[in-house]
This record gives sequence, structure tokens and C-alpha cells, in this order.
Amino acid sequence: MESIGDLMGGFAVVLSWQNLLYMVVGIVLGVIIGVLPGLGGANGVAILLPLTFSMSPTSAIILLSCIYWGALFGGAITSILFNIPGEPWSVATTFDGHPMAQNGKAGEALTAAFTSSFVGALFAVIVITLAAPLVASFALQFGPAEKFSVFFLAFCSFVGMGKEPPTKTIAAMMLGFALAAVGTDTVTGQLRLTFGSTELLGGFDFLIAVIGLFGIGEILLTMEEGLSFKGKATGINPAVVLQTWKELPRYWVTSLRSCLIGCWMGITPAGATPASFMSYGIAKRASKNGDKFGTGEIEGVIAPETAAHAAGTSALLPMLSLGVPGSPTAAVLLGGLLIWGLQPGPLLFVEQKEFVWGLIASMYLGNVVGLVVVLTMVPFFAAILRVPFAIIAPVILVICAIGAYTVHNNSFDVVMMLVFGIAGYFLKKCNYPLAPLVLAIVLGDKAEEAFRQSLLISQGSLGVFWSSGLVATIMSLGLIALFWPFLSNLYGKVLTPALRK
Amino acid sequence: MSQSPDDPDVAGPRQRHVEMGVAAFMMLLGAITIFGSLKVGIGWGAEGPKSGFFPFWIGLLIVATSGVNFVWAYTKPNRKLFAEWGQIAQVLKIVWPMTVYVAAVPWLGIYVSSALLIIGFMRWLGRYSWPLVLGIGLGLQVIIYVTFEKWFLLSLPKGPLEDLLGL
Repeated sequence: MESIGDLMGGFAVVLSWQNLLYMVVGIVLGVIIGVLPGLGGANGVAILLPLTFSMSPTSAIILLSCIYWGALFGGAITSILFNIPGEPWSVATTFDGHPMAQNGKAGEALTAAFTSSFVGALFAVIVITLAAPLVASFALQFGPAEKFSVFFLAFCSFVGMGKEPPTKTIAAMMLGFALAAVGTDTVTGQLRLTFGSTELLGGFDFLIAVIGLFGIGEILLTMEEGLSFKGKATGINPAVVLQTWKELPRYWVTSLRSCLIGCWMGITPAGATPASFMSYGIAKRASKNGDKFGTGEIEGVIAPETAAHAAGTSALLPMLSLGVPGSPTAAVLLGGLLIWGLQPGPLLFVEQKEFVWGLIASMYLGNVVGLVVVLTMVPFFAAILRVPFAIIAPVILVICAIGAYTVHNNSFDVVMMLVFGIAGYFLKKCNYPLAPLVLAIVLGDKAEEAFRQSLLISQGSLGVFWSSGLVATIMSLGLIALFWPFLSNLYGKVLTPALRK
Repeated sequence: MSQSPDDPDVAGPRQRHVEMGVAAFMMLLGAITIFGSLKVGIGWGAEGPKSGFFPFWIGLLIVATSGVNFVWAYTKPNRKLFAEWGQIAQVLKIVWPMTVYVAAVPWLGIYVSSALLIIGFMRWLGRYSWPLVLGIGLGLQVIIYVTFEKWFLLSLPKGPLEDLLGL
């Protein structure tokens, strides 16, 4: 097993006092980010990215990925104690987590949530350790057509698996591609879509878009709802933790199933949110206590939390090995790699071995550190949520503005952030998904380059995307994903009556 | 949110009207994309597809899908509210100070603008006592200054006050 040896090398890189410190700082910041409204994983990482420009890439990715793990953990705290999902993927956790807290079992619910998160993440990291090098070495042989087909599959998955209407998903996604096209054409170097504006020469930076769409947009939504936080007491102590841990192994089937759902949904970029809902739904149907779900069943906490973390973590697999991020936060991390001068994709495993395996090793350690930090510091994090919104809101706005400014040291970016924020508010309220929009801004240039290079090879014939078995298979999977809502509808309409007869 | 949409006391823009507006605006953006692509050429050039080729099709897809979204929003007999006027007023309470803030940053620098935003917001919406308001408003600026300028060596925009203080 070559990868085990590489992983050990990775641990050697990570195990320095400095990196361990970054890990703890990252997790604590991440949980705070996850707990606060208006700051999420993607947005928090985007704001802090400029601070890492002067750090070594390995330390930087450890800090930022730990913020991501922290944010994943943080979502559970607000869901269970306050019935407010801090992150979209923790919505399903509120269904049973908050009733548990109301029944005075907040400690059990939190312990179950954190432990499940840890299990899900650990499972996904093991999958990454074993599968990522294989996927990467396989992808090394990819030509432009194969590369484009992978992008195609990734984007089609959003259309098929999202709960939003397909035309809205496509519209949002295409808007992202259009924004990515503004500025210098990466293939020919020609300027386009700038309409003579000097501000648009550099194009739209996705970090600004992320801070605006997810940060400012979220604050506006929170403001509209006029939230007042009313939380339950935590009451978490070592006895409760141990008691819950004794109980958890009973639900190993739910855990394992949730891990698999999560990994699948994370690798195909459907993301943590649908994974958590799907896992909750299946657990409800499969459990013999299914009818009690929603009243405070511990299984109803285990299922979504395990799947959300497995998905969130495994989203890094395609990011590292193919250069296609599986979630908005993974997209921001990918942007970070580019800024630090690393090229994400299969070559990363060959050229930047130390970096890749350092990152993977840090995922193991980061999640252990994360579990310890959240279990011991829950009351502190819950106290943050009790700070009134009139104080939190302007502070977050200022932090977002500084984050947007530092990306390019440009005041115009702060203006763009506000524009994206207001756009995000309207898009969110009108049920447009933001994740494909952001991913399209990140991947737009690369997808276009692959598409145009493929056409150049084939002299303009689209047949190049069906020219070999591999590329044809990936493209066909993409088409199936694209038309999935239509196909499943058809299946339901045509086959169900036929079977009834 | 809990009131029924038909409640006469609760008024506000309808969801479908806003959706129609968003779809129309996206159609406009799509049209701009198509127009810009045509300007740089959408055909086949010496180096393969020209710069406008890819965005042209993207623009067409935006117009087409937004057109569908527009028609759906128009035909759907949905009386749901987008938001109540009171809620929109809440949102505007953050949008307009933010607009002033964004406009002020290049002139006053980020520190003074941020302090004014936080102090104004806390005093106006939260009605907190002056010591607390000033403490948080000014204290955060010191934290930001030390973190960014001293620790991470990132320079943030400054205005006349910083010049006066010689920072």
C-alpha cells in the first residue's frame, strides 16, 4: 500500500507545534463561523483566505480546511440548542435535535451529533486516502474532452439532484459562467464583455461573489426574519458524553448507511445539504422507530449529521484529484490552491506529494481535534449566539467588507460585494440555488478551455465528446443526471400504472 | 411569516411579481452577454472557436431558461407574499447604511467608516448605551488594525484621520 506510506509522510509534515496550533485556531474560528448567522464555511474561508497569502501552502490549507471542519461542527450546535440551522446542511438536524433539547436531552443530542459528524468525516477521509490517488492516476490520462465531460457531469448533477426547479438551477449556473467569462479570455488573451470598463478588466473574482452572496445575502435574510435567539440550556458533561457513547454503537447500520450516502453525494457534487435530507428520510423509513422521528429520536440526529460530514469531507476528493470541487467551500479552497501557486488536479499527487498528503493527514487530526474542541467548548459557543443581532450584524458586515477588500486591495470589490449581496438576497428568496452559480464562476474558465480545446482537436465537431468509451460514458451519465427529474417523473407516470394493472 | 397571505392587514409585494422581475433582469444580463459575445466574434477563428463563442451560448441559455422562469411565475396563480412591507423596511435598514458605508470607504478609509457603521447601527437599532457602543465600535478597529497591519502585514485603506495620526 503505497498510499499508507505517503500518509505517514503526511503526518510527519503536519505534526509540528505550529501546524497543530493552526489546527486548533482553525477549528475554533470555524465553529464560531458556523454558529454565527451570515458567516458560513464558504464565506468564512473566503474572508480569511487573503490572510494566508504569506503562509506556506501546507500551513495555509490546514488552517482553512480546519475552519471548514469547524463550520461543519458548528451547524449542529445552533440546530439543536436554538432550532436555527447555522448552515443549510444542519436543517435536517433540527427535526429531532431540537425536540431532544426541549426534552432536556440537549447533552445527548449534541454528543450524538458531534460523534456522528466525526464518524462521517473519518469514513470520508479513509475513502479519500484510498481512492484519491487511484482517481488521480486514472485522471492523468485525461485529454480535454474527458476533462470537459467531468465538468459536464458535475454541473448536470446540480440540475438533477437539486430540489430547485431545473430552469432556475440552469439559469443561476449559466449566470456564473457568464460572470466567469468577463475579462480576459484565457485561451486567446482577448478582452471580452468588459464594455470599456477598466474595473471589469480583471473579471469577477469568485471570492467577492462568495462573500457577497453567502455573507451579505444571509445577513439580509436574517434581518428580514427579525430573529431573536431563544436557546435551550446545554448541560453537557463527561457523564452524559460517556453514556451517549455507550448507546451509539447500537445504531451502526444507520451510521454506515449515512456514511455511504454522504460520500456518494459529496463526490458527485450534490453536496452536504441534500445528503443530510436524504439520509434522514431513508433512516426514517428504515428505522423501526420511524414514526417517532421528529419527536426527539437520537437516530434522527445521527443520520443527517453523519451524512452531512461525510459529504462535506468527501467533496474534497474530486477537488484534489480532478480539480472539480464538490461544494462551494471546496471551491473556495480550490481558489486558494490556485492563489498559492498550486494546480489542483491529478498532477498535484505527483508534483506536490508533501502538500496533498499533509492535507489528508491534517483531515484525520483536524477531526479528532475538532471533536475534542466542540465537546469541551459548547457553552462558550452557545454564549456567542446570545449576543444580540444589533451588535453581531454590523461587526459581520465590517468583517465581510475587509475580507472583500483584501482579496485584491481594491475598494471597488467592496462595492461589488454589496451588489452580490443584494443579488444573493433576491436569488435565495426566489429559490435559485447559489452553489452552482459559485462553482460556475470558479470553474468557468477551465470548463470553457477544455471545451474549446476539444473542439479544436475535432475541428468543430461535437462528436469528440462521444469519441471514446470513457468520455461517452461520462457524458451519458451527465445527460442522465441532467434529465433525472424528467426521467424519474416519466418512470413514475408510465411504469407505476402499468405495474398496477 | 405566520400570518396567512390573504390577511388584509399584511401587505407586501407578491412572490410572483418579484420572481418575474428577477427573471426579466436575468434575461437582460443574458442579452448583454450575447451582445458582448457578438462584438468579439462567435465564429471560428485562426485559434479555433473565437472568444465570444462560449459566452454566446451561455447567454442564449440564460435568456431561454429565464424566459421559462418568467412565464412560469406569470402563469402560476400564487398569492404568496415575497415579504411584508415591514420586513422589507427591516432589510432596507441594513442596505442603505451599507451603501453609505461602501461609498465612504475610499474617502474616509475603512477604519473610520467601519467605526461609524457599527456605532450608528448599534445606537440606532439596538439603543445600547454610549460606553458599550463606543467600546465595541472603536475596540474592534484596534483589533483589526493590529491583526491586519501588524500581524499579517496587509494594508487596509486609510483616510484623512490616519494621515493626521501618522499611521
